Amino acid sequence: MNIVVLVKYVPDAQFDRHLTGDPATVDRSESILSELDEYAIESALQLAEERGGPKAGNRVIALTMGPAAAATAVKKALQIGATEGLHVNDDALAGSDATGTSLVLAAAIRSLGDVDLVLTGMASTDGETSLVPAQLAERLRLPQLTFAASLELDGTTVRARRDGDTHADSLEAELPALVSVTDQINEPRYPNFKGIIAAKKKSVATVTLADLGIQAAEVGTAGAWTAVRTAEARPPRSQGTIITDEGDAGIRLVDFLAAQNLL
Amino acid sequence: MVVQRLLPTEEAQELLGLVRDIAARELMPQAAAAEEAERFPREVFRTLGEAGLLSLPYPEEFGGGSQPAEVYLQVLEELGAAWSSVAVGVSVHALSCFPLVHFGSDTQRKTWLPDMLSGDTLGAYCLSEAHAGSDPAAMRTRAVRHGDGYLIRGAKAWTTHAGQADFYTVMARTSDDPRRGVSCFLVPADAAGLTAAPPEHKMGLTGSTTATMHFDDVHVAADRMIGEEGQGLAIAFAALDSGRLGIAAVATGLAQAALDLAASYANEREAFGKRLIEHEGLAFLLADMAVETETARAVYLSAARLKDAGLPYGREASIAKLVATDNAMSVTTNAVQVLGGAGYTRDFPAERYMREAKVMQIFEGTNQIQRLLISRQLTR
Ligand SMILES: Cc1cc2nc3c(=O)[nH]c(=O)nc-3n(C[C@H](O)[C@H](O)[C@H](O)COP(=O)(O)OP(=O)(O)OC[C@H]3O[C@@H](n4cnc5c(N)ncnc54)[C@H](O)[C@@H]3O)c2cc1C
Ligand SMILES: Cc1cc2nc3c(=O)[nH]c(=O)nc-3n(C[C@H](O)[C@H](O)[C@H](O)COP(=O)(O)OP(=O)(O)OC[C@H]3O[C@@H](n4cnc5c(N)ncnc54)[C@H](O)[C@@H]3O)c2cc1C
Repeated sequence: MNIVVLVKYVPDAQFDRHLTGDPATVDRSESILSELDEYAIESALQLAEERGGPKAGNRVIALTMGPAAAATAVKKALQIGATEGLHVNDDALAGSDATGTSLVLAAAIRSLGDVDLVLTGMASTDGETSLVPAQLAERLRLPQLTFAASLELDGTTVRARRDGDTHADSLEAELPALVSVTDQINEPRYPNFKGIIAAKKKSVATVTLADLGIQAAEVGTAGAWTAVRTAEARPPRSQGTIITDEGDAGIRLVDFLAAQNLL
Repeated sequence: MVVQRLLPTEEAQELLGLVRDIAARELMPQAAAAEEAERFPREVFRTLGEAGLLSLPYPEEFGGGSQPAEVYLQVLEELGAAWSSVAVGVSVHALSCFPLVHFGSDTQRKTWLPDMLSGDTLGAYCLSEAHAGSDPAAMRTRAVRHGDGYLIRGAKAWTTHAGQADFYTVMARTSDDPRRGVSCFLVPADAAGLTAAPPEHKMGLTGSTTATMHFDDVHVAADRMIGEEGQGLAIAFAALDSGRLGIAAVATGLAQAALDLAASYANEREAFGKRLIEHEGLAFLLADMAVETETARAVYLSAARLKDAGLPYGREASIAKLVATDNAMSVTTNAVQVLGGAGYTRDFPAERYMREAKVMQIFEGTNQIQRLLISRQLTR
C-alpha cells in the first residue's frame, strides 16, 4: 500500500517565536518538522507495519512544500521510518496561502501515481488554519476524514472517530482517502539511531513548479486569495495588580474580581 | 545553553540532536518529581533503549551503535545535564556489558549480547561489598564449584539497579589468592536465590535504585563465567577504566546544567539596582564555573580520544573522573550560592544538583582512590 504523509516545516515552538523583517513575518531560522505531523507519521508507520512493513511493499512517502531547509522535515520523517521523500521547492512559492499550498501538494500527490491514503496533521503549528487537508481532499476528489482521534483500516475501508464536545462521530470511507489526525490518536515514536543511519540511504526527490505543471502566478504572494496586511507582536502582558493586606485585602480582592465580572 | 561540540561525523551530530530532543521532552519534565518521589523511571530507559541509546559504544554486529567513546560520552553528558540518575544508569548499563563484550568468548557474545544490547534490558554491576568498597580485592562473596557450574554465596553492596536489572555482572571469589582469586560471572535476574535488599535512603540520585544484592547459593552454569577463572579483578578494573569516563561525562553534564541555571538566574535577578551578573564579584564566580565545566569536558574528551585510538587510557580516565566530579561539586555548590536563598530551597534544582554531584566523587572509585591510582603510575 502507498501512503503519503504531509509534513510541514515550521518554526520551533520551543524557541521564543518572534517577528522579523519588513513586512514583518515569523522568524523561521529555528524550524523543525511540525510536531502535529509526527502523529500522522506514526499513524502511517503503524498501518504500514500492520501490513508487513516496507518488505511487503508498503511505502510511506513524506511530502513537504517549503524552502530548501524544509528538507530537514522530510529527513526527520525518514529517520522516524518513512521509506522515501518528496520535496517541492521553488522560489515562486514564497507567500503561498492555504489555497496555493493545497494546489501544489495536490499536484505533487498526483505525480506519485497510485496513492491509497493521504495522512496529514490536524493543523500546522504555525499557520494553524486546518484548511490544507480539506482543500487537498477536494482537489484530489478524495473522501476526507478530518480530525481523526482513532483510525483503522479494514481491507479497503478506513474508519475514524472524531471527538466532539458532546458526542463522537464515526466516519467511514473507501480507499483512496484523506485523513487528518489529532494529537490524541497515538504516541509518536522518536527516531532511533539505526533509523538515523538508514535515512541516509533513502531517496528524496526534489521537484519544482515546472515539474508539476503549475504556473508561478497561481501560487506565492501573487496567487494568494488572502493577504496578510500587517503583523505585529503581541503586546507584553501588563503587570498584575498587587494588593497589600492592610486589613481589607479580602474586600479589595472581591471588588477586583467583581470589576472583572469574574464574580 | 546548547554546548558547542566537535563531532567526528554527521551521524554523530544527528545523534546528539536526537538526544537533546529526548532529554528535553522525556527527561527534563519529570526529573524533579521522580527524584522527590525516589522513583526509578524504568520507562525512561525503555524510551532510551528504543532510540538505540543504551548500546551506543558496542559493536553493530551485536545490536550496538558502534560509536567511538568521543561520541558516546558526549551523549552521556547531554543526558547528565537533563537527569543525572538516568545518565548514571546508562553508564552503569554500559559498564555491566563491558566484561562480556571485551572478555567473553565468541559463543558467549553471540548468546547473550544481542539481548543485553537490545535496549529492552538493563544491567547491573556487582563489585563492592559492605566491608570492601575501595579495596574490592578484600571481597568475600564466593563462587564454589558445584556440579556443572558454580554456587555463588554472599552479598554485593551498593548495587545500582538492584532489583530492577535484567542481568548482573558479578565478581566473586573462586580462590583465596588475593589478586588472582576473583572471577566474573553473568547472572540472570531470575536466578534462584538472587534477591535485592530494600533500597538505600540516599542523599541524592534518589531516582536511581541502590541496594545490596543477596546471593543465597545462586547456581550459575559454568559457561556463564566471563574470561578465565581468576581473571575477575583484572576484568573489573578494565571495566572501571571505561566506566570512569562515563561518570566524568555525566558529571560534566551536571555541571553544565548548574552553570546554565545560575547564569540565567544571574541575568534576571537584581540586587543593589542592577542584575546580579553585573556585580563583578558574582560574575567572576560564574566565570570560574564556566572554566571548571569546560575543563572537565576537555579532560574527559582527551582521554576518550586516547581510548578510541586504542592507546592506554587508564591514568587519563582516572584524571578525568577526578577533575570532572570535583569540578561538578564545586560548580553545583556555587550554583546554590548564586541563587542565594532560592538556591537553598527545593523550588529550584540547584540544591539537588549539589546532592547529586557529591556521590560522583564517591562511586566508581572515590577521588582518593583516583589519586592513589594516578600516583602509582608515577611511582618508579
Ligand atoms: C512567509 C509567509 C507568508 C504567508 N503569507 C500568507 C498570505 O499572504 N496569506 C495567507 O492566507 N497565508 C499566508 N501564510 C500562511 C501559510 O501560507 C499557511 O500557513 C499555509 O498555506 C498552510 O496552511 P496552514 O499552515 O494553516 O496549514 P494547515 O491547514 O493548518 O495544515 C494542516 C496539515 O496540512 C499539512 N500541510 C500544510 N502545509 C503544508 C506544507 N507546506 N507542506 C506539507 N504539508 C503541509 C500538514 O500535514 C499540516 O499538519 C504565510 C505564511 C508564511 C510563512
Ligand atoms: C549511589 C551509589 C551507587 C553505587 N553503585 C555501585 C555499583 O553499581 N556497583 C558497585 O560495585 N559499587 C557501587 N557503589 C559502591 C562504591 O563504588 C563505593 O561506595 C566506593 O567505592 C567507596 O567504597 P566504600 O563506600 O566502601 O568506602 P570506603 O572504602 O570505606 O572509604 C571510606 C573513605 O576512605 C577513603 N579511603 C579508603 N581507602 C583509602 C586509601 N587507600 N587512601 C586514602 N583514602 C582511602 C575513601 O576515599 C573514602 O573517603 C555505589 C555507591 C553509591 C554511593
